[in-house]
Amino acid sequence: MTTIDHSGAIAGQQPVYRSCRFTGLRVERSAELLIRANAVAAVVFLALGGLMGLMVALTRWPAVQLLPAEWFYLVLTGHGANVLLFWILFFEIAVLYFASAIILGSRIAAPKWAWLAFLLMIVGAVMANYAVLRGDSTVMFTSYPPMMASQWFYLSLILFAVGALIAVFVFFGTLVVAKAEGTYNGSVPLVTFGAITAAIIAVFTIASGAIILVPTWLWSLGLISEMDTLMYKLIWWGMGHSSQQINVSAHVSIWYAIAAMLVGAKPLSEKVSRTAFLMYIFFLQLASAHHLLAEPGLSETWKIVNTSYMMYLAVMASMIHGMTVPGAIEAAQRRNGFDRGAFEWLRKAPWGHPAFSGMFLSLVMFGFIGGISGVVLGTEQLNVLMHNTIYVPGHFHGTVVTGTTLAFMAMTYLVVPLIFQRDIIWPTLAKWQPWIFGAGAAGISMFMMGAGTLGVPRRQWDIALSDANLHYEFAPGAYLMMGMNGLSAILAATGGVIFVLIVVGSVVGGPRLDAAGAKLRFPLHDAGAQAVSHYGSEKHPKLTGTAILVTIFFISFVLYYFINWKYLSELWLFN
Amino acid sequence: MAIFSPEKRIWWKQPIHGLELGWIIVVFLWGLFMFFFMIAWHFIGDQNLSTETYRIAPDKFVERVEEFAEEFQAMDENGEPIEEEGVPVVRPAAGGDVYLLARLWEFWPIIELKKGESYRFHLSSADWQHGFSLQPTNINISVHPGYEHVLSLTPTESGVFGIVCNEYCGIGHHTMTGRIRVVE
Repeated sequence: MTTIDHSGAIAGQQPVYRSCRFTGLRVERSAELLIRANAVAAVVFLALGGLMGLMVALTRWPAVQLLPAEWFYLVLTGHGANVLLFWILFFEIAVLYFASAIILGSRIAAPKWAWLAFLLMIVGAVMANYAVLRGDSTVMFTSYPPMMASQWFYLSLILFAVGALIAVFVFFGTLVVAKAEGTYNGSVPLVTFGAITAAIIAVFTIASGAIILVPTWLWSLGLISEMDTLMYKLIWWGMGHSSQQINVSAHVSIWYAIAAMLVGAKPLSEKVSRTAFLMYIFFLQLASAHHLLAEPGLSETWKIVNTSYMMYLAVMASMIHGMTVPGAIEAAQRRNGFDRGAFEWLRKAPWGHPAFSGMFLSLVMFGFIGGISGVVLGTEQLNVLMHNTIYVPGHFHGTVVTGTTLAFMAMTYLVVPLIFQRDIIWPTLAKWQPWIFGAGAAGISMFMMGAGTLGVPRRQWDIALSDANLHYEFAPGAYLMMGMNGLSAILAATGGVIFVLIVVGSVVGGPRLDAAGAKLRFPLHDAGAQAVSHYGSEKHPKLTGTAILVTIFFISFVLYYFINWKYLSELWLFN
Repeated sequence: MAIFSPEKRIWWKQPIHGLELGWIIVVFLWGLFMFFFMIAWHFIGDQNLSTETYRIAPDKFVERVEEFAEEFQAMDENGEPIEEEGVPVVRPAAGGDVYLLARLWEFWPIIELKKGESYRFHLSSADWQHGFSLQPTNINISVHPGYEHVLSLTPTESGVFGIVCNEYCGIGHHTMTGRIRVVE
């Protein structure tokens, strides 16, 4: 009982499939091409945005101060748009197509619409860079009114968002096709489930974006006379923060996918992991309120309800994944024969595989650096200690760079051989790449947080305040932190350049993997394909190591939380 | 057909591992604790940001700040108005109202407070959004045009404090500062 046309999306165009020689999965040609296109675009914008990020960090290094002020603010605006929006969303669309068409062995629904989506996203991304580089849209990524960008800036974001929305619906369509054509039975695998949560959150996010960006665009055209600054912030963050939850859902799905493909990990309990994904959908959107804790005009009750009820239940979901992902790896590794002691499973994990090391570093650093600092920042009273200081970018580089970007890089080491059918070149360099990039990104996050606790403002060209009428001297530690941040950025940029070179080099000139008898340089686990595309929980595993890891995490979290309350209690009194 | 046929089990009927259940309970209780601690701080803590806010036209607020600065202008022993770098130093009555204006690109005027006295600060912007960041104490509050945020502040230490703008406000953002002096 279905109205789906089984002969293909468009009459006369039969979907073409190949069987993957390494996983046995069925790969459809249009899905494969769309994943390639989106992944390539993602890497291009990562390279551009990453270069801009390096220039920002070198400018904020007081001893270097690379760019003049005008260029600094311009490049910072471009950095935000290119990495936070374009790199991440293009890659996420690739992940959505992978998690639907490839993992479910289905054809992609409406490939022409998917190409239209890609085209709109490219036009939007290019137009945004054009608007920023023209010099009249230096409004930062958040573009708070009454500061106004050129109409092209808002229009570019709207076009990009429409493209992303179409792509999300192609993903939903592909799920319908896969179900109707019976390419899988029962529940979808966990990785696909996680991708579905990401896609649902994406719809909410893009809707919030439309609600705020369309009027802002009309305002820039002179058709609306005034934008309320508080209203803008409230709705903008419905997009700005929820979009980070797309990232979290996507990169957590990738953690599960890589764990499955490289050590054969199955979720400890499908129920727990899936409920945790569902909690992202239910609670995260309203948690955006924690961006408004230092604003006038919003009641304490509103702040507490939105940051606790909503945010803590989403935080709880992340903490559950933070336990179930290493738990699933431990269980699988013990099955693989690494059963001695508390940590043999971890020591003998495939650390030589860049996808594994990248994924595990992403998991650890997302929790310890990005996660804990995020909860502290999002606490009603504690926010006043760090609001709009450089602690804030410190926190979100912990989530978006050490967490999402590193996970996406790790996934790329699987996408290149499996989807581009080219092997990874320079394997030694590839093994080191996640560590170099990860160490740099961790440094960026932690030194910015350190500088933020010393009061250094974010998005500011000159902490020496040389041109200010009334002088203020920041503590010498702040200069040290900003210098260390610059050095970390150089390290991260080195890791980024190596990544781009390896990916481009492999895609263009890597050993071909479509010939008979071709072998992967970085092999998958024998049961990997089954684990990633199969539904089912692990049976009664022993999890000593994971128990120790989560205990360390929990103690760090509690200590850091109370240290901040102690700092707060030493502030001037607000009564 | 998928090459592997999945078990046809419903995911919400799957069993939970003991460690998972234990962790979920710990995490849930911790979330509850953090929730109640925010509420508790309203009773036990002295740093709860006021939410008292009024709508005000930016030019009206500028007028009020100017009136305030004139009324409480600090004078030296010769009866001359005290200024620093051309900015008037204003000495409000202890326990009284303080009006501080954020505008492109300064916080105006310089305020002189008495340690241990409580003041009602009125914060607003004449133009774009700004960020009030009091250093080195590190108190950070957003400032909007059109909204007058009224908050109580009691300095607990004396000295010269800088106000640095930490909301991006255009090309002069890094020159936007202000000053608060706290005397014994």
